[in-house]
Amino acid sequence: MTQNTLLDVKGLKTYFYLEGKKVAKAVDGVDFSVNPGETVALVGESGSGKSITSLSIMKLVGKPGKIEDGQILFNGKDLVPLSDKQMTTVRGREIGMIFQEPMTALNPVFTIGNQIKETLIRHKKISKAEAERKAIELLKLVGFPRAEETMKEYPHQLSGGMRQRAMIAIAISCDPKLLIADEPTTALDVTIQAQILDLMDEMKKKFNMAVLLITHDLGVVAEYAEKVMVMYGGQIVEQTTVENLFLNPKHPYTSGLLESLPSLDKDVERLGAIKGMVPAAHEFPSGCRFSDRCPHVMDKCRAANPELVTVEPGHNVRCYLYE
Amino acid sequence: MSLLEKELEKKVEQDYILEAKNIKKYFPIKGGVFKREVGQVKAVDDVSLSILRGETLGVVGESGSGKSTLGRVILRLLDPTEGQIFFENEEISKMSNRQLRPYRRDMQIVFQDPFASLNPKMNVQELIEEPLLVQTDMSKSARKEKAISLLEKVGLRPDSRLKYPHEFSGGQRQRISIARALALNPKFVICDEPVSALDVSIQAQVLNLMADLQDEFNLTYLFIAHDLSVVKHISDRVAVMYLGRIAEIAPKKNIYETPLHPYTEALLSAVPSTDITAKREKIILKGDLPSPSNPPSGCAFRTRCPKAHERCSLERPELINVSEGHFVACHLYDN
Ligand SMILES: Nc1ncnc2c1ncn2[C@@H]1O[C@H](COP(=O)(O)OP(=O)(O)OP(=O)(O)O)[C@@H](O)[C@H]1O
Ligand SMILES: Nc1ncnc2c1ncn2[C@@H]1O[C@H](COP(=O)(O)OP(=O)(O)O)[C@@H](O)[C@H]1O
Ligand code: SF4
Ligand code: SF4
Ligand SMILES: [Mg+2]
Ligand SMILES: [Mg+2]
Repeated sequence: MTQNTLLDVKGLKTYFYLEGKKVAKAVDGVDFSVNPGETVALVGESGSGKSITSLSIMKLVGKPGKIEDGQILFNGKDLVPLSDKQMTTVRGREIGMIFQEPMTALNPVFTIGNQIKETLIRHKKISKAEAERKAIELLKLVGFPRAEETMKEYPHQLSGGMRQRAMIAIAISCDPKLLIADEPTTALDVTIQAQILDLMDEMKKKFNMAVLLITHDLGVVAEYAEKVMVMYGGQIVEQTTVENLFLNPKHPYTSGLLESLPSLDKDVERLGAIKGMVPAAHEFPSGCRFSDRCPHVMDKCRAANPELVTVEPGHNVRCYLYE
Repeated sequence: MSLLEKELEKKVEQDYILEAKNIKKYFPIKGGVFKREVGQVKAVDDVSLSILRGETLGVVGESGSGKSTLGRVILRLLDPTEGQIFFENEEISKMSNRQLRPYRRDMQIVFQDPFASLNPKMNVQELIEEPLLVQTDMSKSARKEKAISLLEKVGLRPDSRLKYPHEFSGGQRQRISIARALALNPKFVICDEPVSALDVSIQAQVLNLMADLQDEFNLTYLFIAHDLSVVKHISDRVAVMYLGRIAEIAPKKNIYETPLHPYTEALLSAVPSTDITAKREKIILKGDLPSPSNPPSGCAFRTRCPKAHERCSLERPELINVSEGHFVACHLYDN
């Protein structure tokens, strides 16, 4: 950990307590850090624990879920013990957030303008007139040429891509140091996805924001992130730079994912499918959580879960093949 | 294949399993107190295409471009506003439901969301047997046998046949839909985003399965998807749709290596690539897809096209043949 780490997540565990004494270990011992101004991607298939990781950082996990253990150091201060009231000064102000479906995050009964102004007034304690001026400026910045009119529009009057732009305007309105984007473009068409990701990248550079980019799309990781964590079964199985991950993948799950991906850049006769499916968070196999799908499984893999270890400088892998 | 064989093949009459000619599908927009028709959504607006027996024709395009509507019209699940559809040289576009019945066996569809398309109150065996019950006079034991063999074909355990859809994962449910679609030994299957809702590792399993089944049963696919990499993997030819029309249609190699239409170029360039050594130049299109109820005059793509010129707002470009099997609708190519 360097001196100026912005976010430092240590040993995070978030569990859900289900009926019948079942426990879903949605996030089960996750460590990572994000430095100012960098984009870190969290990638994995559905159910691997990406969203619960991000909701935990925002302290937005509700019942029957609970942060079980760990620290979330933001600028050196642990967020885990903070009350809901204390968190309101962090959320939206120091950490901005964008979700997959902006419709759930935007309030349908207020205009776009009102929602941006409200955020500004609450966090920045500025006058109404000043908020109005700043909101129009923000909308222009995220690509609404007729910003004055957009201010008066309601979320349902905007297309999916425009709603996501409006979300970005709200998320960056208080100059957050960290932006958490959970599948920000999954619901969008590819030409609109390119617009939105480019906009996020531009805003990140302009305001020197760090971005925690959550996605299931390895192409998005390759093009927009600097560092990456691959999640499987509530844990990080591989953690390194984007370059390392794509040129020198080590974990069998990462290689499997890359081989199962059809690509525009290469032709394969047959895709390399990973057998079986992602296990549910309350019934991980004993030992390595990938063991029932792994083509390299060994006896010891079924006995105990391997630790995440550094196998090369800056390259951490959770797999007995690299011990 | 030798050159001679190729030449000979060309001379043989092309064996089209399906031909669609000038298909239009307009949906009325109702408004006002009297629910009068106040406009039309031109979901499909003059599309023609032919599909060879045994091939896979991919259809790509953004949400709302008319892909699903086209698929449904071809199968006569929706009536075309205009145009003709031929299945094995018989015109099916004007047939009554009764006349269509024997054709329904040969043409099936697999949807994106198997949860919505599988009746939650039926178990797997009942789901697979339903088309057999409606369309054939197979005995109970023969139906059961067929259901079990289909389950095995799609990689599900025969003992799962008494379970209900909610007891399966997304990928498994898609296998059930595929088994159901194949129950009547169809010749032609429309796959409408069959893997879009699946995780990549499961998507690969289902794509491999579909390729195997195509070989085994000599199936012809119309494969609809918005994922250009998936379509590239599975298709022989690809049609690119924009606002209810075909912008470009060509053999796969042409579409992906030498795209001609500015929209195809932009679409391909926008796909994020996992090849970090190959830096492709991105063409970022401005704005959104216009509404199909009020499409731009002339070329429908002109409001977002980086190469739009004066003629584009005045004249609608028709599909023209630029090289063998390669058609494009753009004024840059019809001088
Ligand atoms: N029953 C209907 N009534 C009115 N409009 C319709 C109807 N069905 C489709 N449309 C409209 O027709 C256009 C094409 O829709 P279609 O579902 O074919 O698009 P698509 O290309 O399959 O999109 P997606 O990628 O989102 O599945 C859209 O504008 C849609 O809103
Ligand atoms: N409210 C909840 N109750 C019970 N289990 C949950 C709840 N939310 C998430 N989970 C479980 O936690 C795991 C991780 O979920 P999530 O973080 O949403 O995955 P991802 O975002 O990677 O798709 C999944 O197995 C999911 O079923
Ligand atoms: S620990 Fe064993 S089962 Fe797990 S990924 Fe490595 S080789 Fe495979
Ligand atoms: S016809 Fe004109 S607007 Fe349309 S794609 Fe071609 S150049 Fe662009
Ligand atoms: Mg999620
Ligand atoms: Mg559709």
